[in-house]
Amino acid sequence: MKKRLVLFIPLILFLVMGVFLYKGLFLNPQQLDSALEGKPVPAFQLQKLEDANEIITNDSIKGQVSLLNVWATWCPSCKYEHPYLMRLARQNILPIYGINYRDERAMAIRELSREGDPYTKNIFDHDGRLGLDLGVYGAPESYLVDHNGIIRFRYAGPIDMRVWNETLYPMIQELQAQAKAEGAS
Amino acid sequence: MKTLVGFITAILLSFSLVGAAMATPVDTYEFKSVDNQKRALELAHSLRCPQCQNQNLIDSNSPVAQDLRLEVYQMVDAGKGDEEIIEFMTSRYGEFVLYKPRMEAKTYILWLGPIALLLVGLVIGFIFVRQQRISNAVDQEISAEEQAELDRLLKRDDK
Repeated sequence: MKKRLVLFIPLILFLVMGVFLYKGLFLNPQQLDSALEGKPVPAFQLQKLEDANEIITNDSIKGQVSLLNVWATWCPSCKYEHPYLMRLARQNILPIYGINYRDERAMAIRELSREGDPYTKNIFDHDGRLGLDLGVYGAPESYLVDHNGIIRFRYAGPIDMRVWNETLYPMIQELQAQAKAEGAS
Repeated sequence: MKTLVGFITAILLSFSLVGAAMATPVDTYEFKSVDNQKRALELAHSLRCPQCQNQNLIDSNSPVAQDLRLEVYQMVDAGKGDEEIIEFMTSRYGEFVLYKPRMEAKTYILWLGPIALLLVGLVIGFIFVRQQRISNAVDQEISAEEQAELDRLLKRDDK
């Protein structure tokens, strides 16, 4: 009888592999894990979109839980996302920093004055260097940053009500509670 | 026949023209040396484009792939080692960009799985064959009664 059991080993192995492969069918290949989660926002020194004389650095965005939103005028999904960002901005939950990614300054400013500006500050990443350091592979992408300037979560794709309610907002509440507990603003 | 050849030549020519028109600054990048070029191209071939996913950095025309390709070229020309460049890529885009995954805890199943399966198969095959041989050996010893029965059957067959 014991020897018979040996014959079932391949079947068991097959089933185990089958379970793994079956799970793989439901992974979204577009949703890559960010290599930067748990790491600080990469160091940068870039001009403000509206004012070339003002320099924004990675230290400027510390101190508060914030959302970095990579956007551009050439990106259709960013246009889709924009009204929802406007709504979030009005609710004043957290500062939203825009990273204007590989874009033309004049076009970006015109777009914001026409459609509304949901951003606390806009970082002008003309060469896409900050995007490269962040591991951006498309736009829009959003990065949730805690009060210490550590990236906690990356979401690739447009933010809408579902993403916000199911994923981002619970994490933001948690991070804000942590920030409060540690005595930050 | 002549028109066919002419037609094909025209098509091929048009392709090459399209190719020339689509050339980007990245593709006209001038390396400091031929060795650098060879190494950079090999590296870029072994890295996956994070946007298009089924293409490597050379094959892909997406802006991200172009940026990363240029980055690889410049790093090679700056004298950086393969390890350093791969580290640069994986620290931004994750292990995903490597076509050949690293050997580490979560990829053991990829690297060692096939070998483990082969070993299990060999062991089972070995046990199976051995069992067969043993049972054959047992079967060869037949009792006197069985022998008598066998003789009777064989004799009847002779008739």
